Amino acid sequence: MDLFEYQGKQYFARFDIPVSAGGVADTVDQAVKVADCSQYPVVVKAQVQVGGRGKAGGIKLANNADEVRTHAGNILGMDIKGHVVKRVWVEHASDIDEEYYASFTLDRAAKKHLLMLSAQGGVDIEEVAAKDPDAIVKLHINPVEGLSTTVAKKAAVDAKIPAKAQDGVADILVKLYRCFTEGDCDLAEINPLILKPTGEVHALDAKVSLDANADFRHPEWEEFKATVELDDREKLARDKGLQYIGLDGFVGIIANGAGLAMSTLDVVNQVGGKAANFLDIGGGANADVMASALEVINFDKNVKSIFINIFGGITRGEEVAKGIVEALGRVDLRAPIVIRLDGTNAEEGREILRNAGIPQSKLVSKPTMLEAAKAAVEIAKK
Amino acid sequence: MAIFVNENTKVIVQGLTGGQGKYHGLRNKAYGTQVVGGVTPGKGGTDVEGIPVFNSVAEAVAATGATASFVAVPPKAAPAAILEAAQAGIGFVVCITEGIPAQDEARTFNTLKRDFASTRLLGPNCPGIISPGKCNIGITAGEIAQSPSAKGPNVGIVSRSGTLTYQALYELKQLGIGVSTCVGIGGDPVPGTSFIDCLAEFEKDPETHAIIMIGEIGGSAEEEAADFIKANVSKPMSAYIAGVTAPAGKKMGHAGAIVSGGKGTAQGKMDALRDAGVKVGLNPTEAGSLMSDIVKGLR
Repeated sequence: MDLFEYQGKQYFARFDIPVSAGGVADTVDQAVKVADCSQYPVVVKAQVQVGGRGKAGGIKLANNADEVRTHAGNILGMDIKGHVVKRVWVEHASDIDEEYYASFTLDRAAKKHLLMLSAQGGVDIEEVAAKDPDAIVKLHINPVEGLSTTVAKKAAVDAKIPAKAQDGVADILVKLYRCFTEGDCDLAEINPLILKPTGEVHALDAKVSLDANADFRHPEWEEFKATVELDDREKLARDKGLQYIGLDGFVGIIANGAGLAMSTLDVVNQVGGKAANFLDIGGGANADVMASALEVINFDKNVKSIFINIFGGITRGEEVAKGIVEALGRVDLRAPIVIRLDGTNAEEGREILRNAGIPQSKLVSKPTMLEAAKAAVEIAKK
Repeated sequence: MAIFVNENTKVIVQGLTGGQGKYHGLRNKAYGTQVVGGVTPGKGGTDVEGIPVFNSVAEAVAATGATASFVAVPPKAAPAAILEAAQAGIGFVVCITEGIPAQDEARTFNTLKRDFASTRLLGPNCPGIISPGKCNIGITAGEIAQSPSAKGPNVGIVSRSGTLTYQALYELKQLGIGVSTCVGIGGDPVPGTSFIDCLAEFEKDPETHAIIMIGEIGGSAEEEAADFIKANVSKPMSAYIAGVTAPAGKKMGHAGAIVSGGKGTAQGKMDALRDAGVKVGLNPTEAGSLMSDIVKGLR
């Protein structure tokens, strides 16, 4: 789950990382109110989960209430690379002497945490990475050992952070690392990490991505979930607890396992079709989950056929079959189903489907993935 | 021969009294696997359809001589269960649990590496391992796996995706090709066993004559495997990478872009594998028929 900047800053604050005082606003009046409570000049920042918002005009400096009114008016509703701005964050404008970059992520190849730190932070960090990779210090941290202040300080020295800022940077790195680990982040990034004329080091931006698997131990994430932007299909899927991503094709896809679901998309594509969605019902899915999945697919008006691709391991064939029969009783499916059922208890499942009295026009069974994909695409194109 | 597990492997199931543990543990036993015990704290002294249950892994090992463990407990309890098995001297731990936080996985993996170097973890979030006709640990439906033939050639399978692992087994069975061992390494960020670990074992295993590898988009495990194959694998291989048409994944900010350096796309992975001499199919069936051609050439 990706957080908006303002949420990231709220999350940082929980770990004592210094951020600017400010507030979030979804109307112009509210933005002015927040600005009046902060100290002018203020910065009005578009809250979108996409890079390059500054260059797109989504970040503006305002010296008084009138300017806030103008900028907030322009930014709210602005389209930045397909993301419509619904909220702005207004904070006191910081004086900046220098801009650095700091992030923690998991390096899957090394199986360790990775700190990246650079004295050349700011909008062009990706360019720095491409042109002058040595300007970014990359330090692996063993998750069992953690990050000490001494090691953080050494990283700051190696990154050529000026001496006057090294202690401040090291302090923030240790706090950011705590946020990353205890806060269960996939990514915790500060760009820019600034040095103020007063000598303080401070997080001017926050990019935080949370690990959904750790949800069970973070009740405080509830408020973040409320702002996740989903289309209507995705909302319904989320309410039903399904792994669903909406796409723009016409063959509805239900598969068990992310790999098989991806593979199903590939095969549908190879035989001339286009998937309407990615839907992984996961391992151990029962009849209820299958019925919910069909309801979500049925909600999508572009779907002309539904390809259910199940290979049973932990998912049992008879449960899948029961789910389909139940769903056909519960919802009036607009599109016919093509099913390929194999693996654990597949024969029992096929028998349940055969004996359920479902007409051929509503449900077709095919022995292989490729044949089922072809049938689904053919039906969809009729 | 086979890799990691064979007919002598004695298995305990951590979480045998739970829903998943019982269902799959009993299926593994019915397949012929030596399932010698179960572990559920507080339920020691009971049994599950004749399989004795112990309070701890240490007790189970002492009583049964188990060498492998099948961890089928919820995400919150799984890291501790894995470490308990390692502590008790178990050499091979299979964890099927889905949904373990990445931070916990990273800590568990590095703890094993530091303190229990002789324990191999397979998974988490993996379907397990099957050496057909000998041992099946995990959730694979054993009947879809073709046993290896004495005169060969037999194929080893290594896969990052659960259901595609079964798909690969199934494709080979349709073609009548025997499987030495099929390893599902799982798709989580920090898998205990990597493609490279399995490829190295298959290369050494006299019963394995060719290898199928199933990967998917994201990360750089397939590219690293390709480098390894180029330098170290002499046996012929076919591969399939899922996700050519998958929607672009979650953006990981600048950090993701910097780390990946353009790696992670299906195309990039397929190119890397082709460059290493691997025959790459565009769908699982094609990877299967490419393997069929390879096997015919070996016969």
